[in-house]
Amino acid sequence: MTIVVKFFGSLREEIGKSEVKLTAEQPLTVAQVWAQACDEAPLHHHIWTAVNMTYVDQNTLVQDGDEVAFFPPVTGGSDEN
Amino acid sequence: MKIEIVSAAFNPWEQLQAYEQTLTIPRSKWGAVANFVGTMRDYNVGDTVKSMLLEYYPGMTEKYLQTISERALTQWDILDTLIIHRVGQVQPGDTLVLVAAWAGHRAPALEACRFLIEELKSRAPFWKKETLEQGSRWVENHTAI
Repeated sequence: MTIVVKFFGSLREEIGKSEVKLTAEQPLTVAQVWAQACDEAPLHHHIWTAVNMTYVDQNTLVQDGDEVAFFPPVTGGSDEN
Repeated sequence: MKIEIVSAAFNPWEQLQAYEQTLTIPRSKWGAVANFVGTMRDYNVGDTVKSMLLEYYPGMTEKYLQTISERALTQWDILDTLIIHRVGQVQPGDTLVLVAAWAGHRAPALEACRFLIEELKSRAPFWKKETLEQGSRWVENHTAI
């Protein structure tokens, strides 16, 4: 199965890429997707995760064709007022 | 209900007026329009900020703003909502966000408007990178309300 993995914000810069495509033999959890996409780097608890543009936790199972996103906590565009 | 992400400067008052023109509900039924306009400051945590990059997650950001708009329309007795949010490179003084809620009475309009801006701020996928006098930095925490 094929999974699209996206990174945003400071995480995108740290990882050095905005998107990767993964292939897997069986369904993976979000945490396993991270491990495969980021060479087994630890997935910190504060990192936010989404599957198909909906917030999920790191144990969620990912299916073929899903889009998985990892990003730092959001900082909005309007919090200063 | 309208959600829009824009990459160019916009005038919130013109947008508010333009959207009102499209509403099919007669003006005599509104009673109240609550709105919030957020503008970029030229300082943050003691530093001068020269400009800022507003990054978002195309698709998910719109979807999230749609979800909270639908929640507001369900939760309060309001007639309509509008959210316009800027992305890309922004300058101090630029409008970053416009949120508005129309209702028959002021309480639901104000409460729904407050709900939308607070949900947007705390959960909508936007990230800010500030350019300072020296270097740049990602904003990691919310500043004061």
